[in-house]
Amino acid sequence: MSATDLSRLRPMTCEQSHLTRPDGSASLHQGNTSVLVAVYGPGEVKMNKEIIDKSTVEVMYKPKTGLPGCAEKFQERILRNTCETIIATTLHPRTSIDIIIQEMQNSGSLLACCINAACLALMDAAVSMKCLVAAVTCVIDSEGEKILDPTDKQESEAIASFVFAFDNRDFNVITVHSKGSYTNEQLQSCLVTCREASVSIFQFYRDLVTKMVEKNL
Amino acid sequence: MADHLGKVVIPGQVLKEFQESEATSKVIIGPGLRRESDLILASKAGVLRHKQPNFYWVDCRQKRYVPARAEHVIGIIAGKAGDVFKVDIGGSEQATLSYLAFEGATKRNRPDVKVGDLVYARLVVANKDMEPELVCIDSNGKSNGMGVIRDGGFMFSCSLNTIRKILSPDCILLKTLGKSLPFEIAVGVNGRVWVKGRSIQETIAIVNAIPSIEFMNNDQIKTMCRKLFDAMTGFD
Repeated sequence: MSATDLSRLRPMTCEQSHLTRPDGSASLHQGNTSVLVAVYGPGEVKMNKEIIDKSTVEVMYKPKTGLPGCAEKFQERILRNTCETIIATTLHPRTSIDIIIQEMQNSGSLLACCINAACLALMDAAVSMKCLVAAVTCVIDSEGEKILDPTDKQESEAIASFVFAFDNRDFNVITVHSKGSYTNEQLQSCLVTCREASVSIFQFYRDLVTKMVEKNL
Repeated sequence: MADHLGKVVIPGQVLKEFQESEATSKVIIGPGLRRESDLILASKAGVLRHKQPNFYWVDCRQKRYVPARAEHVIGIIAGKAGDVFKVDIGGSEQATLSYLAFEGATKRNRPDVKVGDLVYARLVVANKDMEPELVCIDSNGKSNGMGVIRDGGFMFSCSLNTIRKILSPDCILLKTLGKSLPFEIAVGVNGRVWVKGRSIQETIAIVNAIPSIEFMNNDQIKTMCRKLFDAMTGFD
């Protein structure tokens, strides 16, 4: 496989505002991995969760089958920290922004798909954001080759896997989630590849907004 | 700024070259834009718009209302707490409406307002740190169209940009609808609209017509109103 083949992400399609009750919703498909996100906010917050100078960001992650357990709580934490970084929480103190993520199908790179879908749903709900976030998954297989946006088969056979989330202002890293054993050089080279790939994801977001605006005008 | 105007912006995008007003050499940035030390960034995804001389804002599609001062909203009385009513205006917090903020209300002469009533009111206090406050009188003490909405009708919700569209002077929807089906309407910028037609069928027809114009231009609106009136005359 040549470097250019590895740098290509799976095709992405997205549908926004298709749920009527939430303030914003997005359904994102990356290859066969598919995630549905609903955003409510800024809305009422329970007294015990209220923060006086910021908005409380809550994420609920629902797996396709079974009840949510510890692994889901861990996913929620990563997603919550990523979303809290990009939302301008100080604009809405004593309110709550609820993000509900439903896994529809997992064919690899699920966490990155969840982060991207959450960002799209927040955009659709017109929540004030400091920047957008784009997440890319990269795995290192048994031969030491990098594979971007792996399928679940490639993910299960990988030695190490990384999820990097970047912002669209300076392409700095917002979140890193890594699994397996890897060297520092491998980490840095995966970071660079993922950063290049995130540019195409931000372009995808912009194209979505343009399409929606054209429909309106 | 000329290259961004009327163009799509996404959150985190840095915007440059704003035109200042000649009088005050200031630029006024509105909803969807925020300042970070020297930079102006977009905080919502939409179209950047400009009004002479120096107003800029981002036009985006939003359902959730965030209260802002001096806006007219439709609220639902949710309860009483001492000398104030608690009103649901669709924001994150309930607003307060004092008993005395109605035309002709005094401590002895209480206004006739019950829980569950609809009120058309104006926000006097609305910022991120305080509870919103409503009044049903203007600065002269007159009601000026505000107050409790009585005698039937139907209230529904639609997105905030649809509300702004029907309130804009360019949109011909209300005028066209009114020529064939006379109705009474109260539009709250919190996404709520109250409509009362001559009969239930006409009210329902208008209630269905209003949210459908979200993506229509004036010609499509005219066609839609004509089709609607043709269908309605079949009922008589």
